[in-house]
Amino acid sequence: MSETQLLQGNEACARGALAAGCSFYGGYPITPSSEIAEYMVRELPKVGGVFIQMEDEISSLAAVIGASLAGSKAMTATSGPGFSLMQEHIGFASMAEVPCVIVDVMRGGPSTGLPTSPSQGDVMQARWGTHGDHPAIVLAPSSVGEVFDLTVRAFNLSERFRTPVILIYDEIIGHTRESVILPDVVETVNRKPPDVDPAAFWPKEAPSDGVPPLPAFGDGYRFHVTGLSHDHRGLPSDDAAVAGSLLARLHHKVEHHLDEVRQVEASMLEDAEIAILAYGVVARSAREAVILAREDGIRAGLIRPVTLWPFPHPQVAELTRGVDTVIVSEMNRGQIIGEVERATAGRAHVVPHLRADGQPITPNELLGTVRSVVGRST
Amino acid sequence: MTDVKDYLREWAMPHVLCPGCAHGIVLRSFLEAVDQLQLDQDKVALVAGIGCSSRLAGYVDFCTLHGTHGRAPAFATGLKLARPELDVVVITGDGDGLAIGGNHLIHAARRNIDITVMLLNNAIYGMTGGQAAPTTPEGARSSTTPAGNTEAMFDACKLLIGAGASFVARVLAATPTEMTKVMKDAMTHPGFSFVEVISDCPEYYGRYNKLGGGAEMLTLMARRDSGVASALSEKRFINHVPSSPTPAGIDTGVFQREVRPVFAGIREVDAGGS
Repeated sequence: MSETQLLQGNEACARGALAAGCSFYGGYPITPSSEIAEYMVRELPKVGGVFIQMEDEISSLAAVIGASLAGSKAMTATSGPGFSLMQEHIGFASMAEVPCVIVDVMRGGPSTGLPTSPSQGDVMQARWGTHGDHPAIVLAPSSVGEVFDLTVRAFNLSERFRTPVILIYDEIIGHTRESVILPDVVETVNRKPPDVDPAAFWPKEAPSDGVPPLPAFGDGYRFHVTGLSHDHRGLPSDDAAVAGSLLARLHHKVEHHLDEVRQVEASMLEDAEIAILAYGVVARSAREAVILAREDGIRAGLIRPVTLWPFPHPQVAELTRGVDTVIVSEMNRGQIIGEVERATAGRAHVVPHLRADGQPITPNELLGTVRSVVGRST
Repeated sequence: MTDVKDYLREWAMPHVLCPGCAHGIVLRSFLEAVDQLQLDQDKVALVAGIGCSSRLAGYVDFCTLHGTHGRAPAFATGLKLARPELDVVVITGDGDGLAIGGNHLIHAARRNIDITVMLLNNAIYGMTGGQAAPTTPEGARSSTTPAGNTEAMFDACKLLIGAGASFVARVLAATPTEMTKVMKDAMTHPGFSFVEVISDCPEYYGRYNKLGGGAEMLTLMARRDSGVASALSEKRFINHVPSSPTPAGIDTGVFQREVRPVFAGIREVDAGGS
């Protein structure tokens, strides 16, 4: 019954959020993400949701966390400078285990940088931007349709693991209009409610999967939420054993379920001697470059991590087993390439093809690198 | 009335406050206000930032959110919009609410969202060891103003009136009955309400400025309120910084009370136009 629609990436993100059950949006205007807010303010009220434009990105994510604790599925969207400001509360949401979705539509940086140009410069910030050791789930769509799918998935993972989930894509994906067919119904996941009475409830008492149930404020469960290190009662504690086991659980709840989180797409790799590894919009140029290379008789293939963090090291190691060279292409000065080097561990040559000047990486540029790697002139 | 202990998480104690700190008196007045208003304990949400006053959130048996430094009004905004039936109260301090969190505080006031903010002003950063705050009077000593503060201080109530808060009041920790009454007025006020509570910090502010312990500081505070003497303000000025005849922060009472549209976020009623 679904029909083909012409949608922009940022619209697809908002549509995905609504499909996932998002009922709260708090944000601050910033190019190139603002269309998400503009769509949400029109559509959220129609489904009983609430929209607020906050005074900055710090407060945007704070409001999102507040709304999530009140039982809403909540999100915000931003770009580099705002993403920097959100790091404080990404850490809080990790520590306090508050589900929320943060969308970062990447533009050129550092600082205000190139507001209307694409970039993939925030990949490491998405992983390590907030202080302290913390888990991170970061998804990177490479098409308008996939923005929809992964927005739904981001909400589901955040509810499943009680953790912030970051959706990261560049300005091109955000502003490109593509024909997509959206599903009528999507699978949604809701956070687990407690299965005990309020009198027997401790907010950070986790079952075997490491994810504690989360009631909403106002549901009769009175509990404490804090960004300080805390025990199973939710109370601040600087006891080393308490701090150590909390941090371990925050990591383990994701690490012990990596099959649910990590996603990698591979194509044309069966006989490949050379692979291009790329994500986001660059993966589309890479796919074209692989096709052009094969027309030249070069056995090339494509590896596209859909989940950037936790980085799929084992999958990349397996997929690169038969190749001599992996060209890693990203619109930055080299961020995910280090992870590829860790995954390949010297078993393949890892060659960078990077660009960080606000311009997209074209198929022909990449084809040139493929040819030079295999020793053919262009 | 219910015993105020019924609102406390005694299992979460001992608390972190220093001997002589008036924050406990403020907390009791707040709990009495909650009790006298017969609020549903399950529907009260206390949202705090970072600092001594914010740590009080951990000891009360409501839904409590101990957020990040200065951001409590923003957390509270999301909470209230997503669940309007909650009674949302922010507890913050002068550094938390007026320095790092000043922006969030004035915007919450401007929107007139229906929350109450209690700002416990002890004129110093207590949690971090007695550094100067935006409320430290000129001339006063702190660990970062060893020769006396040379910066002008905020008058929190004037700031909030300027920002559009529809209820603004100042009370003294030395007058707990009055505190409870004003807190009840604030919590029943439709829209954004702000109560500045002049508290004390004998451990740092009192010690650095030779104002005595908690009892002495509260006595000075009470005398200031009755206008008998300006001993506190005189003692603060140690480097010949000229003293204002009416130091900011000395007036108490309800300074602003108006009814204007309450902000509820952009939701169905706005979009439908029906």
